[in-house]
Amino acid sequence: MTDITRIARQFIEALPHAAALGLRLDQIGDGRAVLSMPWDERLIGDPATGVIAGGAVSALMDTASGASVMCHPAGPATTATLDLRIDYMRPATPGQTIRARAHCHHVTRSVAFVSVTATDDDESRPVAMGAGAFTVDIRR
Amino acid sequence: MTAARETMLRQLVEGIPYLRFLGLRFDIAGEELTAVLPFQPMLIGNPLIPALHGGVTAAFLEVTAITGLVWSGLAEGQAPGARPDHGLPKTIDLTVDYLRPGQPKDAFARARITRSGRRYASVHVEAWQDSPDRLFAQGTGHFLMPEA
Repeated sequence: MTDITRIARQFIEALPHAAALGLRLDQIGDGRAVLSMPWDERLIGDPATGVIAGGAVSALMDTASGASVMCHPAGPATTATLDLRIDYMRPATPGQTIRARAHCHHVTRSVAFVSVTATDDDESRPVAMGAGAFTVDIRR
Repeated sequence: MTAARETMLRQLVEGIPYLRFLGLRFDIAGEELTAVLPFQPMLIGNPLIPALHGGVTAAFLEVTAITGLVWSGLAEGQAPGARPDHGLPKTIDLTVDYLRPGQPKDAFARARITRSGRRYASVHVEAWQDSPDRLFAQGTGHFLMPEA
């Protein structure tokens, strides 16, 4: 593991809400970030099915998106979400880790644009996909 | 009837682990349902700012929308989500507009159901902290209603 990955992992996993969700940084660099959220029964949104709440998946995807902005070569040292749209394709399978892959594909002086996909063990069928716009702090 | 409706909603909310995880509660005044997210340190994203995590804000809007649909359904006697065999409304999509950072203090949200059909519902949600005139986030989502 590179120093940058190690530092980024310590930073992200220490964010209070990321820690509460049990988020793990799997990969980071060059405008891409992969974060995973292990199965946790505290995060169930529908007790009848045991499916994880959409909100927890949104938080995972938002965190991965922010991380992808911060590791973009032209990205800012810190960022905040301006807008995030998430489409939920199917329920995540209960008991499985959910993984979000975010790609910061464009950065201007003011805005960073991100696309993000969440999957469970069946990576061929995404659970959710999102598109976001993030702030770029020009006082870097 | 109102008391029975309130009891059904509270039982439903208490049965959802994720709402307990967030520490969310609902205040009811007549017809009006307000979601309350009491501040706690684990809701913070970046501690350097410090602000509510953007994902917390998205989650807050989403669960407010879903609970608003259930509350509205209970009023109409359809009770979607109030019966376990019917299930809860499912999120199709949600767009969150982050207007300003969420402060480390209690947050409130209300849902307005802009369209509610048999299969699909469209909901607008607004969230604030100090005053409802000063929103920190708003969202629009589409939801798939449980089969009656």
